[in-house]
Amino acid sequence: MRFVTAVFVAVTGLMLGAAPAASQTADITFYYPVAVGGPVTKIVDGLAADFMKENPGIKVKPIYAGTYQETIVKVLTAAKSGEAPQTAILLSTDMFTLIDEDAVVPFDDAIKTAEDKAWLASFFGAFMLNSRTGGKTWGIPFQRSTIVLYWNKEAFKEAGLDPNKPPTTWTEQVEYARKLTKHDASGHVTQWGVQVPSSGFPYWLFQGFTTQNDVLLMNDAGTQTFFDKPAVVEALQHWVDLGQKHKVMAPGVIEWGTTPKDFFERKTAMMWTTTGNLTNVKNNAKFEFGVAMLPAGKRRGSPTGGGNFYLFKKNTPAQQAAVLKFVKWITSPERAAQWGIDTGYVAVRADAWETPAMKKYVAGFPAAAVARDQLPHAVAELSTHENQRVTKALNDGLQAALTGAKTPAQAMKDAQAEAERILRSHRR
Amino acid sequence: MSARPLPTPRPLNGWRVLETAGAWLLGVLWILPLAYATWTAFHGREYSARFVATAPWTLANFVEAWNAAPFARYFLNTFLLVTMILAAQLVLCTLAAYAFARFSFAGRDVVFLLVLMQLMIMPDVLIVENYRTMSRLGVLDTLAAIGLPYMASAFGIFLLRQTFKTVPRELDEAARVEGAGVLETLWKVYVPLARPVYVAYALVSISYHWNNFLWPLIATNSVTSRPLTVGLQIFSSTDQGVDWSIITAATLMTSAPLLIAFLLFQRQFVQSFMRAGIR
Amino acid sequence: MNRALHGWLLLLPATILLVAFTHYPAVATLVASFFSTPKGARPAVWVGLDNYQAMIADPVFWQTLRNNALFALGTIPTSIALALLMAVLVNEKLRGRSFLRLAYFTPTVLPMIAVANIWLFFYTPGYGLVDQIAGLFGAPSHNWLGSRDTVLACLIVVTVWKEAGFFMIFYLAALQSIAPQLAEASALEGASRWYFFRRVAFPLLMPTTLFVLVNAVINSFRLVDHIVVMTRGGPDNASALLLYYIYDVAFKFWDTAYAAALTMVLLVILAAAAVGQFVFLERRIHYQ
Repeated sequence: MRFVTAVFVAVTGLMLGAAPAASQTADITFYYPVAVGGPVTKIVDGLAADFMKENPGIKVKPIYAGTYQETIVKVLTAAKSGEAPQTAILLSTDMFTLIDEDAVVPFDDAIKTAEDKAWLASFFGAFMLNSRTGGKTWGIPFQRSTIVLYWNKEAFKEAGLDPNKPPTTWTEQVEYARKLTKHDASGHVTQWGVQVPSSGFPYWLFQGFTTQNDVLLMNDAGTQTFFDKPAVVEALQHWVDLGQKHKVMAPGVIEWGTTPKDFFERKTAMMWTTTGNLTNVKNNAKFEFGVAMLPAGKRRGSPTGGGNFYLFKKNTPAQQAAVLKFVKWITSPERAAQWGIDTGYVAVRADAWETPAMKKYVAGFPAAAVARDQLPHAVAELSTHENQRVTKALNDGLQAALTGAKTPAQAMKDAQAEAERILRSHRR
Repeated sequence: MSARPLPTPRPLNGWRVLETAGAWLLGVLWILPLAYATWTAFHGREYSARFVATAPWTLANFVEAWNAAPFARYFLNTFLLVTMILAAQLVLCTLAAYAFARFSFAGRDVVFLLVLMQLMIMPDVLIVENYRTMSRLGVLDTLAAIGLPYMASAFGIFLLRQTFKTVPRELDEAARVEGAGVLETLWKVYVPLARPVYVAYALVSISYHWNNFLWPLIATNSVTSRPLTVGLQIFSSTDQGVDWSIITAATLMTSAPLLIAFLLFQRQFVQSFMRAGIR
Repeated sequence: MNRALHGWLLLLPATILLVAFTHYPAVATLVASFFSTPKGARPAVWVGLDNYQAMIADPVFWQTLRNNALFALGTIPTSIALALLMAVLVNEKLRGRSFLRLAYFTPTVLPMIAVANIWLFFYTPGYGLVDQIAGLFGAPSHNWLGSRDTVLACLIVVTVWKEAGFFMIFYLAALQSIAPQLAEASALEGASRWYFFRRVAFPLLMPTTLFVLVNAVINSFRLVDHIVVMTRGGPDNASALLLYYIYDVAFKFWDTAYAAALTMVLLVILAAAAVGQFVFLERRIHYQ
């Protein structure tokens, strides 16, 4: 009996000991997601180590939390149980959700000096679109991106196309893709012309098509969506046609995570994916490839994407100061440039592109600047109140259309109805 | 429970050969997925998309997987978790089963019925409320949060109650004559006689909790409390671009302990599950 | 009544935990389903049947019920039949019996997460194992998990692969407890093995079949790990099961009241399965 008691006490002690240590004065825990290939967790750990070396009083603990969607779940779960991290990298579009859940505070309250204000003003305007609301800044851009078109130059040569000229319009994209789609003896496709992924967050790639068709999906305040506008349905029809009518894209829902690998394996000659995959593609593609802005419909366009740093409400003043220091450090021109070089994400401020390291990199690898050059054509990413729910309604509709279960018009009508139902109470 | 096959040896006729071939085909089909995953884990990433029989073997994937996520910590967490749960289950279920088997008191049958309810309505489906409870208790993101809902296992109570009921009452009375108290009788008479059932139950419980995923996913947030299953899922999250060679290596690593234990102790495993199923 | 007191004391620890994590949450879920979700500073308010009305009007909810039904219909008979077949085969004195038992049972000891990852790899269009094998037969590459027609079937295959070996064990135990004299007598009378199986063995296995059936039903509602890894409910909710939808609603949308209403539906279904088992099992006990 005593033995059993002893075991029980020991085990209980272990259990409680396994609880995370309470946050001390200047310790920063931050959750971050990874949505691109490459040794990103190593890079982030390296950045944390460098910061701690330069700032011995502050401890930084990065915690990899999975996808963007998994990370926001974890962060909110932690926040609701009183164990919120001090900061986290979350989708810029989660801004409204975080505000509604009363989990974050704007950065403006912590920004007091003129130097800080200048820092806040130094980010690309396109990235601040999803970071500001009600006149306040809620997120600081860090791993931001746009969608770009990657193309296989060797495949272009084989198909008789000029390997240095990517498609610049919707018509060209379809035409080139037709030439690039290869069949084997029995008529089955061995190489698709183009691949636009549609798993997980198809709404993001959809925004490429809608922006190119010159229509927006929501209003600035995040209280109204426009999924059933004719131009939106048109854009969806074009996407669906790629697979069903022109037969240059694989049918059904295409997986985001395997799209780069499909590109490496020559299962597709062109692909739409984030510029954040650039370094991954550079390291793994065994052929010459090019990177271009997305083809224009009525105009060029892409949504911005990626994650911002947020400041959590429950932080002590010392923690807020520490977080601000860390965020300023990690978005300084040199670090932002290095992050861009290591991953392919767009360095978030103009002066980062003027640093010697970045200039040298772009000179040797012009593809790195494509996403930045696309910024003037970029629009805000879809972001509303109850963002997860509204984007799920849109995602479901997109997948229904792409799998042929609904017509684009019906799918968007249903998605809009659902979004209306969700957002109605936020307009009062 | 020993195997008692038909005594008459069967002639090696056509049917028998067909039957053996069929059984073998099914067996090969069944082991093929795991075999192929193993093959991919031991070969370089160029071979994850195409099968080349003569490809060179390598351990690089395992090394990379091990370094890419804190698997050592995950192993520790999982090991502590299953041990803690099993220890608690053994104690709690033994006490409760003893009460049901050998004591009569008002409301006993009602409570037993309530216990049986847990056989159907497992904590796994009550995730929302249990999450809230853990939050109130302040134990979220600890091993305790994962383990507490499972410690009073209706299955264990049921199994042990059946077993205790088969213990001859004379032994009970003999112990009482010698002056043994309630707990001493339990410890000296009932527990030793139920040993095979304990072993069986332990194996079932360890398997179940080593492999449990949804509730640990919800109850934990950080590396210090995350078990292997959750760690593996975060690691192989497809958004970050899949490298199947590394993911299969990581998958094998996390399944390895149970798999190896199973391969070594096949008979005991099989017999445990058999015994656990016989009511 | 020293005895009674001792009984209660022995029972207390287990009862406390059981009530805390099974019975209390079940009741709390029922209560929560009649309130709204608390948000930030706004507390929960009584809304009566609003959540249930929203549920009835929710097409995704009906889709999940439909998926659960199809999933159950796909996995349960198949895994039970296969389990029975495997048990019969392993029970015979065939060559390589240990290998067979190993092959059939191994998927059971793997975590569902591991199984899901492996099969996600196999289902990759183009270079996954399934498409590679299909390619050998000249079939085209297919987007197995990305197409609504095949995604549920693919998940069913994964589940059957994992579960059949588990159920095999119970059948094996039952087969080995059938007195060999019965088989001998039947063989002596010239009855074929199939006849023996159909008329003698299978009826004797009915209790096991019922036990396995109930387990399979519970598992088909409880196990959603593979959805989290392989499809996340897509495409367009074609593979969403009820428990996965509850997880989404509760932890992605933070709509805990609606999740409570959905959980009540799940509890009712499981309770019905429980009642079903008790009714049939009771009958069996009286019958014998």
